[in-house]
Amino acid sequence: MTIALETRGLEKSFGGLRVTRDLSLKVEQGARHALIGPNGAGKTTVINLLTGVLKPNAGRILLEGNDITDLPVHKRVLRGLSRTFQINQLYADLTPLETVGLAVSERLGGGGDWWRRMGTRDDVNQEVAETLGRFHLLDVMNERTATLPYGKQRLLEIAVAIATRPRVLLLDEPAAGVPESERHDILAAVAALPRDVTVLLIEHDMDLVFSFADRISVLVNGAMLVEGPPDEVARDPQVKAVYLGEAAHA
Amino acid sequence: MTAASDVSSHAIARARWRPAEIAFWILALSCAFLFPSRYLIMTDILRLALFTLSLDLILGYAGIVSLGHAAFFGVGAYSAGLLALHGIINEPVIALVAAGLVAMVLGFLTSFLVIRGVDLTRLMVTLGIALLLEALAERFSNITGGTDGLQGIEMQPILGLFAFDMFGKTGFFYSLIVLFLLFLLARRIVNSPFGLSLRAIKNNPLRASAIGVPVNRRLIAIYTIAAFYAGIAGALFTQTTALASLDVFAFERSADLMLVLVIGGTGYLYGGLIGAVVFKMLQELFQTITPQYWLFWIGLVLVVMVLVGRERIHRWVLWVPNLVIRQLFGRKAVVAVPESDAP
Repeated sequence: MTIALETRGLEKSFGGLRVTRDLSLKVEQGARHALIGPNGAGKTTVINLLTGVLKPNAGRILLEGNDITDLPVHKRVLRGLSRTFQINQLYADLTPLETVGLAVSERLGGGGDWWRRMGTRDDVNQEVAETLGRFHLLDVMNERTATLPYGKQRLLEIAVAIATRPRVLLLDEPAAGVPESERHDILAAVAALPRDVTVLLIEHDMDLVFSFADRISVLVNGAMLVEGPPDEVARDPQVKAVYLGEAAHA
Repeated sequence: MTAASDVSSHAIARARWRPAEIAFWILALSCAFLFPSRYLIMTDILRLALFTLSLDLILGYAGIVSLGHAAFFGVGAYSAGLLALHGIINEPVIALVAAGLVAMVLGFLTSFLVIRGVDLTRLMVTLGIALLLEALAERFSNITGGTDGLQGIEMQPILGLFAFDMFGKTGFFYSLIVLFLLFLLARRIVNSPFGLSLRAIKNNPLRASAIGVPVNRRLIAIYTIAAFYAGIAGALFTQTTALASLDVFAFERSADLMLVLVIGGTGYLYGGLIGAVVFKMLQELFQTITPQYWLFWIGLVLVVMVLVGRERIHRWVLWVPNLVIRQLFGRKAVVAVPESDAP
């Protein structure tokens, strides 16, 4: 099995606080890998390190065997590492059409064109239409994002990430805050992600994790506690004590 | 209709010329014939409009605030003045472009300082650069003429054909053409994928970089382009008034610019043009009524505007024209929409 995404001895401290401790993680090609852990375990920090928002104090990050530790955020995206956000990070004043169109344009190398008018490249139009259709956004493609229902915004959040054609996708709590009625669409969209895209899911919702993931890593206090297939992790006494015990209270 | 052609037509629709835009430019041109005795003030408005258009490009589209935009205006003004005074480039159009390019180079060099940091940092850095240039211009008075400014600039005819006249007719048409051409260019830029990426950066820089937009490079690009625009506005000032003195760098010029853009509204290109007209007319009106206290009234108008909300004022002002346009061109046509309602 080839490794799509790997970290080696990743360390991050804020002042005296070590939020990521010697983290070594391997995500296999095509895997549905979940990263779970109680609040404050440092999951968000791991995402920020992987995507390049934060720089690690030590350790390396490898994408398909290539060291990307020193690349800026946008270059990692162009190399095939994308993410969605736990709290929607969309463009309030732009339409879904523009949002997805920009992502596609950037990937195809046309994002910096300043003389060409928008909507005049057939390859971009085709792909934008295809992506919007797949995420049930065609009917609202010309409305301001800020006015869309929350569930649609969540779908757009995933659609934008997919529009960058990632080989590795980091899904940060995709169903967070979505009302029950709109939840099904999100879960269906997540389940329908292409199999050749490697997915690292960061999630609180245990139902979603155990129905989706084929491998689970448990993060506690910034360090890896346990890693293994779902049934093994569910039986692990340490995990029960630290994580599931707490989840049962919540 | 397939989804892809649907996508294409929606994307293109944004860049389509609206009837109101055509009406706006016809009106601008007809002012030349309606008010033949007011060329000087109208030229003043055109220069200010171009200068504000420059600020709109960085503030309205990319979200870069600046309190020192006069830096580029000033550099453009002095460049045009020095080129004419020493007879380096005698033809005004070529000199205009050259002066714009000088400002552009300065914009490129200072962009690296400006794009880092947050709004407050940017305000301070831009303000600092303008003050620095003003001090430099004063220090090197042997070149700039110091507080007296450049004396004895004589402008040659435009393209060797159209001489500047004392009523300012040539200057007006010259400025109007320059403004229109640069407006067309700006319109092209903001409706391109590049322009879209700027709006994305303004909305959410975090997400913009997360979909592969090279945020810093885009900001440097638009800041450099805006500096060119401001430089051209400054050069127009020198060429149409045959003056260049230290006040081209003045803080008031940068601050007024912000007011003008706030009055007109950001992010739809016409804000700078409309703002310039309203600002200059208010200034004229209040200066006639109360020569000493006109600033007080301008200030009052601004406070009221902010309290009432520009969107609501836009809606009031556009209510009648929209009504007429809808009768003429059908239900969907509108004169203009406030930025918050725009798709």
